[in-house]
Amino acid sequence: MIFDNAPALVVIFPLIAAVAVPFIGYYNKRLIPYFVTLITFCSLIFSISNLRTVMQTGSISYTMGGWEPPFGIEYAIDYLNGFVSIVVIFIIFIVSIYAKKSVEQELPGRTINFYTVFLLLTAGLQGLIVTGDLFNIYVFLEISSIAAYALISVGKSRDALMASMNYLIIGTVSASFILLGIGYLYMVTGTLNMADLADRLPLAFDERPKVVLAAFAFFLVGFSIKVGLFPLHTWMPDAYSLAPSAVSAMLASTFTKVAAYVMIRVMFTIFKPDFIISTVHAHTILAWLAAIAIIAGSVLAIAQTDFKRMLAYSSVSQIGYIILGVALMNQIAMTGGIIHIMNHGIMKAALFMVAGAIIYKTGIRNINDFKGLGKTMPYTSAAFTLVALSMIGIPPTVGFVSKWYLALGAIEAGMWVFVGVIMLSSLLNIVYFWRVFENMYFYRAEGGKVDEVPLSMLLPILILAALTFLLGVLALYPLKEIMAPMVQIILPG
Amino acid sequence: MIEDLILAKYNYWIYVTLMMIGFYAVIAKNNLVKKVIGLNIFSTAIFLFYISIGDVIGGTEPIYIHGEDVVYVNPIPHVLILTGIVVSVSITAVALALIIKIYEEFGTIEEDQILELQS
Repeated sequence: MIFDNAPALVVIFPLIAAVAVPFIGYYNKRLIPYFVTLITFCSLIFSISNLRTVMQTGSISYTMGGWEPPFGIEYAIDYLNGFVSIVVIFIIFIVSIYAKKSVEQELPGRTINFYTVFLLLTAGLQGLIVTGDLFNIYVFLEISSIAAYALISVGKSRDALMASMNYLIIGTVSASFILLGIGYLYMVTGTLNMADLADRLPLAFDERPKVVLAAFAFFLVGFSIKVGLFPLHTWMPDAYSLAPSAVSAMLASTFTKVAAYVMIRVMFTIFKPDFIISTVHAHTILAWLAAIAIIAGSVLAIAQTDFKRMLAYSSVSQIGYIILGVALMNQIAMTGGIIHIMNHGIMKAALFMVAGAIIYKTGIRNINDFKGLGKTMPYTSAAFTLVALSMIGIPPTVGFVSKWYLALGAIEAGMWVFVGVIMLSSLLNIVYFWRVFENMYFYRAEGGKVDEVPLSMLLPILILAALTFLLGVLALYPLKEIMAPMVQIILPG
Repeated sequence: MIEDLILAKYNYWIYVTLMMIGFYAVIAKNNLVKKVIGLNIFSTAIFLFYISIGDVIGGTEPIYIHGEDVVYVNPIPHVLILTGIVVSVSITAVALALIIKIYEEFGTIEEDQILELQS
């Protein structure tokens, strides 16, 4: 059955398709967007089949070329990465529908190049998620990073080139740190398989504690850069605001989330929670950094007048939520953190798509020029309103669900100050989204004729906006089924 | 003391020194090409680190010799670094392509001048 090989196919499908795109483009350029959407849809099916297998028969261990782990490369899928894989490929699928018109306008004549790199990024991200091999993480991280640099650099403004260059430099340094961390771990354990590493690490730590500590430090810094945790977020606002619309939507909603997932994986599966709590105390540092990120990101977002830049700074603060949930070290907060990977992915994709839609129709980026958009682009504005409410955390949207879990987790950890941080940041969220509402709905603009974006751009926005609402309701029951074993895997409690 | 700390571990000292040189170039140099060169030194230092951890004292090259009891060096770090080199080359290629585009658009590759042109 083809679904027996689904763990490998989620990576290989987009990878081979990336090579196929130029050939199809040579035959007929107009076919490419449909082809890419089809490929991402197939990947989505494979991802769902993976999670289904996990739910029915337990974790999947897929070996490459018949080499048994820990010698060969293993793709290991459990509840956590099965779930993240579906979230990521679903968003990419939605973005690929949206990208057709957007790319036609923003990158005329470069469809082939765009979609090739787009699929490479997809393959890299899926590889990062499903792999069970530490060195594979480095390789996939670089595949997806290189694709991301290339995609950012084709933004309209020439500043996009510098944004991409800065991202390239800081991203390569972070990947090098991760490579060093891998080397240190390999030095003391002699293995690269993640499950095997986890078994051998306690012994290695007893023998050579300094090497393991150095490795942990390298991983922490390396992944913090990739995630965009506050003091290391500097590449993010430029990269997200200057990239083409479809790319912003894809990168902001998937890349940092996948990096956050890998960070969780390395911290909790390889180094155990006990190691983090009692040996390095990294959770305290991370929690405070996350709190600072939440506040600072929101404050900086208020200061922006460029819509996309505001969303990028809001990403800085949302990453803070995910890391806060991870760093509080209890199951409830962890549920909040992981569910926020999905929630923020959906919300940020929708918001950047709205930004892209507005730029597509009117070319406006400045929030103060949004006057009357509520009249001229009613559906886009309505979708924006729903998603923005979710970002603020109004029940029963998804934003409320993750904030609720995070607040409960902070209370359980006895850290009331973080409850205050979450409250304060919700208020700040209202401030910066309110300016947009105000300009959209409370001013009358001349003209005022309905002038919406094409359906292939509108539909993805509406689907995601509806999902922020639906998933918030569903989070009560169906999601809990997946979340409980997922959290149990990373943080046995 | 000194022999233990420096001479016996000279390979690690070389890698750390090289890495810091590369890191310095990445942070301090104004010229984008020099930054990319710094990145290359930085990653090459890590490759040297990997290659040196694969070494086994008295080991021979890892080609199986039939019927003889010999010590081999560990080939895995070397193989990993082959992949690492490929990655590094791709990064350099993308970076240089970007620099060419930056030069076409801004007319300079000095970072401070570009920042002035940007605002």
